[in-house]
Amino acid sequence: MNTLDPRIKRLSLEPSAEVEKTNSHLITYEVFHQEKRGKHVTHVGVVHASNPEMALVMAKEVFGRRGKTTNLWVVKTSDVYTFGSDDEDMFETTPEKTFRDPAYYKVRDKIEKFQSKQKV
Amino acid sequence: MSNALKNLLYKMADDALIIGHRNSEWTGIGPMLEEDLAFSSMAQDKIGHAQALYKILNEVLGEADPDTLAFKREEKQFKCCQFVEQPIGEYDFSIVRQFLFDHAELIRYDMLTQSSFQPLAQLAKKVKGEIKYHVMHADTFVKQLGNGTEESRARLQSSLNYAWHLSLGIFEKSEFENELISENIFVGEDELKKRWQEKIIPILEVANLKVPATDESKIVYGGRKAFHSEFLKPLLDEMCEVVRTDIDAEW
Repeated sequence: MNTLDPRIKRLSLEPSAEVEKTNSHLITYEVFHQEKRGKHVTHVGVVHASNPEMALVMAKEVFGRRGKTTNLWVVKTSDVYTFGSDDEDMFETTPEKTFRDPAYYKVRDKIEKFQSKQKV
Repeated sequence: MSNALKNLLYKMADDALIIGHRNSEWTGIGPMLEEDLAFSSMAQDKIGHAQALYKILNEVLGEADPDTLAFKREEKQFKCCQFVEQPIGEYDFSIVRQFLFDHAELIRYDMLTQSSFQPLAQLAKKVKGEIKYHVMHADTFVKQLGNGTEESRARLQSSLNYAWHLSLGIFEKSEFENELISENIFVGEDELKKRWQEKIIPILEVANLKVPATDESKIVYGGRKAFHSEFLKPLLDEMCEVVRTDIDAEW
C-alpha cells in the first residue's frame, strides 16, 4: 500500500509480504464513492469485512457495479468521529442564518421588493 | 490458421461460460450479502467474456451466433477444461478455483493484448480490468482464510490439494499450439503456466499454504479434446433446459 500521498493507503494488486492484521469477526467499513476524478467522494453506505483490503473488494461490487465509478474509499466505522445525537440542537438555528448563504445576497433585493409588493 | 484461432477462442469461451455458470450457483446462498453480490457479479462478467468470444467466432470466423454456440451445442463440442466443470463444492473450493483459474486468465488476457489477431487483442485490452478485480477478490480471500483460524487454513489447504492437478489441466495444449505461437496469436500454454506459477506461489506462501507437489501423471487433461468429466453433461442440461423446451423460439 505505497502511495505518493502519505495520508492515503492504496490497495495494490501485487501480493504484499505482510498480511494485514485481521479480525476474527467481521467489522463494518463506511464506503465513499467517487464518480469522476477530481469530484468529491460521497458517502454511500456500509460493508462488512475483516480488513481494509476486503472492504474495498466488497465495496467495489456493492457500490460500484452500476453507473460510473472512478474510485472508492473505505474507512473503518470505528475511525469515524461524530457529535452526540443529543447535541443536535447546536445546529437548530443554522437554517435561519441566511446571511451566511452567499446566494442570499444575490437575490435579497429582489426578494425584499417582492415581499413589500405582496404586503400592499 | 483459422482452425487454430477457432480452437483457441472456443476453449477460452467455453471455460468462461462454464465457470460463469458454476459460480452463478452461489447466487442467493453466498456466505454473506456482500460476497453473494460480488460473486454473482463476477459470474456475470465471465458469461460476458464468453459472449464476446463467441461473437468473434461468429462475426469474424463464420461460426454460428453466440446463443447457438452457448446453448445449442452437445457436450462433445465443448472445449473447456475439466477444472471449470467441477461442482462448486464448499466455499473454500470455489475460492481456490477462482484463485487458480483467474490468475491464469489474467496472464492469458494480458498476453493476448499483444496478439496478432486484432479482434482478440482488442477484447483482451477491454476485459483485463475485470479479470484484475476477480484476481484481487480471490487473493483477498485466500490470504484472509489462510491466515484465519486453524479450520479455515485446513479447509483451504485441502481444497488446494484437491484442485491442484485439475487446475494444471487449464494448460493442456491442442494440436494447434505451435501454429498459434508461430503466428504470434498466443505466447503458448507452457509460457503461461510458467508465469502463472511464478505469480501464485508467493501468494500461497503469504497465505500460509503449501504448494502441492506436481505429479505429471495426475494432471487432469482431456477437456480441450472434448473428453469431459461426469459433471459437464448435467450442467449443460440445466443451463440449456429453457432453450431446449422450444429450440426455435425467438427471444
